[in-house]
Amino acid sequence: MEKFTKLRAVAAPLPMVNVDTDKIIPKQFLKTIKRTGLSKGLFYDLRFDEAGRPKAGFVLDQPAYREARILIAGANFGCGSSREHAPWALLDFGIRCVIAPSFADIFYNNCFKNGILPIALPPAQVDLLMDDAERGSNAVVSVDLESQTITGPDGGELRFEIDPFRKNCLLNGLDDIALTLEKQAAIDGFEDSQRASQPWLYA
Amino acid sequence: MSQPKTLFDKIWATHLVNVQDDGTCLIYIDRHLVHEVTSPQAFEGLRVAGRGLRRPDATLAVADHNVPTSDRSKGIDDDESRIQVETLAKNCADFGVPFFAMEDIRQGIVHIIGPEQGFTLPGMTIVCGDSHTSTHGAFGALAFGIGTSEVEHVLATQTLIQNPAKNMRISVDGERPLGTTAKDLILAIIAKIGTAGGTGHVIEYVGEAIRALTMEGRMTVCNMSIEAGARAGLIAPDEATFAYLAGRPLVPKAGQWEQAVTYWRSLPSDEGARYDKEVILPASEVEPQVSWGTSPEDVIPVSGRVPDPSDAPNDDKRKAMERSLDYMDLSAGTPIAEVSVDKVFIGSCTNGRIEDLREVAAVAKGRHVADKVYAMIVPGSGLVKHQAEEEGLDRIFTEAGFDWREPGCSMCLAMNADRLEPGERCASTSNRNFEGRQGRGGRTHLMSPAMAAAAAVAGHISDVRELV
Repeated sequence: MEKFTKLRAVAAPLPMVNVDTDKIIPKQFLKTIKRTGLSKGLFYDLRFDEAGRPKAGFVLDQPAYREARILIAGANFGCGSSREHAPWALLDFGIRCVIAPSFADIFYNNCFKNGILPIALPPAQVDLLMDDAERGSNAVVSVDLESQTITGPDGGELRFEIDPFRKNCLLNGLDDIALTLEKQAAIDGFEDSQRASQPWLYA
Repeated sequence: MSQPKTLFDKIWATHLVNVQDDGTCLIYIDRHLVHEVTSPQAFEGLRVAGRGLRRPDATLAVADHNVPTSDRSKGIDDDESRIQVETLAKNCADFGVPFFAMEDIRQGIVHIIGPEQGFTLPGMTIVCGDSHTSTHGAFGALAFGIGTSEVEHVLATQTLIQNPAKNMRISVDGERPLGTTAKDLILAIIAKIGTAGGTGHVIEYVGEAIRALTMEGRMTVCNMSIEAGARAGLIAPDEATFAYLAGRPLVPKAGQWEQAVTYWRSLPSDEGARYDKEVILPASEVEPQVSWGTSPEDVIPVSGRVPDPSDAPNDDKRKAMERSLDYMDLSAGTPIAEVSVDKVFIGSCTNGRIEDLREVAAVAKGRHVADKVYAMIVPGSGLVKHQAEEEGLDRIFTEAGFDWREPGCSMCLAMNADRLEPGERCASTSNRNFEGRQGRGGRTHLMSPAMAAAAAVAGHISDVRELV
């Protein structure tokens, strides 16, 4: 997984609440057996018509936001299906950070596994960033994970909270599975005691 | 005496493998269900890293999202779908995972077959790369959906890195009125608390109306916990749970069964256990429910009218409502029961079980699907299909003009050939009415199986209580 330390990039505004993962990437793109190449399906129904022709106007297709790496969105972002194809598609497009008042749990988890930083901020602060993001290519926002700060285009600074373990994994690009395998002895011990107390769980 | 614990607290505590100084927990996963859409990249990850699968015996796989619900003897037409299903079969063979192939009578939707096989048991932790894993909470198991990276983590380690959830209790007191079902209860709950109402929480459903539900009904309620934003739904195990499980293929064998039941009886929340959030819903207030918009919280009683965005509590909600009404081609103030439908979909992990089909049959018997309406019934598994046919339900359905199909996820998410065309309106027993969910431009109205059957025969959304 790619590390996340600092990011200075254009922020794109997506002022919609309850953006579900079906909207982030529709079903027809879930038939892949790969993790890559999914940007073609990102927000597909908002970006392309029924014949697959580009529709004008979607924020990420506007010249000012083509290089956006940060997405500012409404509350409950990523609700619905558990599909990790949603963060894969965002990442493949280049989005490394999503800022919203709140996230659905599974999507929030999935972001961290892919080097994407999801930041939940109070609605009033998201509103400010949304206004900043409306300014197009001038909407350059800086995110510093180490200091847990966001700096807006006018230099205003916001602080955000993040779980310390997840922060460490993102900062260092750590592989969860390798970390857990270091605890193999504890897992073995757990299984031994569970097998003794609940033998029916072991065929 | 120790502090009173909730059902969630008890399951959590008994599955802790390790707690780090920063509070991050490693929890053990007792059972892992796998399907074709969210697993290929996880198996590939194992191969690339040279890792094995820790507990094939605690893993069960089935293809459900992509499978055709028509004649299967010719295989799968769509190349990508076929490759995904074949990839699952190969991965299961390579890693020794038990797998129900498409031709196996036990094949079906992953959340139908887990309980059906007795793979799902009280007190367990259960995961699957699918948000509707919450279904299994009906048995008093902590069950939740995970992403593909976490699927790989469970395959490799049989554990997950997690932070504990908060406890939420929803009490549905009193008796459920005649003509309303488990689906109406959960839709009414989501309408009340919203699609983010349960975020960060595990919801425990309690109260007389929950206790009175069959296991099938409890699964319907827990299934849609994710639509309320919750990490999981839970219902304490009781005699109904044990009676449902007894004799199923994968439950504890004689000798261990009694020991297991004794343990399961210790699981319900203790008197005085603390909840972070409480909601009370009097069952007597619940009418048959119908969704009008494009979020599962956009729900009204069948006697209601499409709401007016100008009544929205805030700007965000008003904009979302306007967008929904535009997408759904509905006007504020329209009685929902006047809205005509083109298609009817009965099935899914929410409502594809035998009891759901019996409710449909009760409405369909002696009636006929309205002209110009296409109505399909997709049983949740091969075994549900078999049982329905044993009971003669299939004859009632076909005589009434319903299309009786093979099992799978089907038009709940339209990954196979079953889908809505742009502009088509559907009465659906599934769980999500998102834009494009059942096919691009398709318009979904969520409701119970009985209500969907009523819509099929009337040709428009209608109050099933007038028919039964």
